[in-house]
Amino acid sequence: MTALSALLLRDMRLAVRVGGGALMGVLFFLIVVTLVPFAVGPDLAQLRRIGPAILWLGALLASLLTLDRLLAADHEDGSLDLILMGGTPLELAVLAKAVAHWVASCLPLVVATPLLGLFLNLEPLAIGAVALTLLAGTPALTCIGLIGAALSVALRRGGLLLPVLVLPLTVPVLIFGVAASNAAVAGPMSFGAPFLILCALSLGSLVLGPFAAAAALRHGLE
Amino acid sequence: MALVGPNGSGKSSLLRLIAGLLRPSAGWIELQGGDAERSVPEQAHYLGHLDALKPSLTVAENLRFWTRYLGEQTAALDEPLAATGLGGLADLPAAYLSAGQRRRLSLARLIAVPRPIWLLDEPTSALDAGGQGRLADLMREHLATGGMLIAATHGPLGIDAGELRLGGAA
Repeated sequence: MTALSALLLRDMRLAVRVGGGALMGVLFFLIVVTLVPFAVGPDLAQLRRIGPAILWLGALLASLLTLDRLLAADHEDGSLDLILMGGTPLELAVLAKAVAHWVASCLPLVVATPLLGLFLNLEPLAIGAVALTLLAGTPALTCIGLIGAALSVALRRGGLLLPVLVLPLTVPVLIFGVAASNAAVAGPMSFGAPFLILCALSLGSLVLGPFAAAAALRHGLE
Repeated sequence: MALVGPNGSGKSSLLRLIAGLLRPSAGWIELQGGDAERSVPEQAHYLGHLDALKPSLTVAENLRFWTRYLGEQTAALDEPLAATGLGGLADLPAAYLSAGQRRRLSLARLIAVPRPIWLLDEPTSALDAGGQGRLADLMREHLATGGMLIAATHGPLGIDAGELRLGGAA
C-alpha cells in the first residue's frame, strides 16, 4: 500500500512540476472549444445543439495529449525496470499511475467544462449533464489509453502510434457520453440508460485496462 | 563477483536475467539461503545504465520515493545521502546534478533499502576517483554484512572479488 501511494504521489507531483503538463490538457481543451464557433459560425442555436458533442470531442483529444508520457517517461529513465522488479503487482502499479494521470489530466477537464459550456451557449442543465458524463466517462478514456501507452512504450516515436491505437477503442465511450448529455436536454430517451452504460464502460475498463497494460508491458520489454 | 568480458558478451543481459527483467529461454534462477517468501528480483537491487531519476523532483524526493516504493517506510535519508557525498544537495532538483552525482544518488538507493543482492551494471561509470573509492567502501561494507554482489565491469572494482569471464577467449 505504501508503495502504491508513493507512486501515486510521485506521479501527481511530477505532473504539476516543470514539464509535467498537467494544465496543458486544459489549455488544449480551451483552444479546441473556442475554435469551434469560428469554424461553424456564430449560430447560437446550432452551437447549443452540437455543444455537448464538441465538449466531449475536445475532452477526448485533450486526455490523449499527455498519455504518451504516462509510461514512456518511466521507460526512458529506467524507472520502469525498478517498478517491474518491486514486490508490488504490476497491475496495481499501472493502476496507480492511471489514477494519478486521471487526477492530474482529466479531472481539470471536468472542472473546466462549465466555463467552456458557457462559450457554446449551453443551458445550465446541459452543462451539468456534460460535466457529469465527463466525470463518469474519462476514467474509461484513461484506462483504454493506459493499454495503448503500455503497447507503445517500447517503440521509438510510439507517441504517434498511440492516438491511432486508442481513438478507435474510445468510440463507445464517446457515443454513450454524448447520447447521455443530449438526452438530458432534448430527450426523447431518458438520461439514465446511456449514462449507466457509460458508467459500466468505465468500470469495465478500470478492471480490464490494468491487466491488459501489465501483460503488454511484460511482453513488450523483453 | 565481477563479470568481465568484451562489449556485447552478455554481461548486462545476465544481470537483467537475474533481475527478472528478461526471461531465460531455458534453465532457472535460484537463490540459496535467501528469503523463501520473496522472489529473487524482490531481494535484489538493480543498478543499470539508467539512473531512474526524475529531473523535476529534488534529490531527497527522488530517494524518498524509491525507498518507499521498495518497501522501506521510515528510512532516514540523511545517512545514505551523506555516505554517497550528496549531503548538502538534498533540496536541489535532480535536473541540476552532474552525471557522477546522478550515479551517486542511485547508489544512495542501494544503501537506504537493505537487500542481500546487488546487481551493478558498470557501477563505476561517470564516478570520479573519490566516488569510486566510496563505492568500493560501500561494496566492502555490503559484503561484510553478508551481502552478495554481481557487477559487470570493464575497470577494477577496487575490492577483492571472484571473476566470471564471458564471451570468447578474449
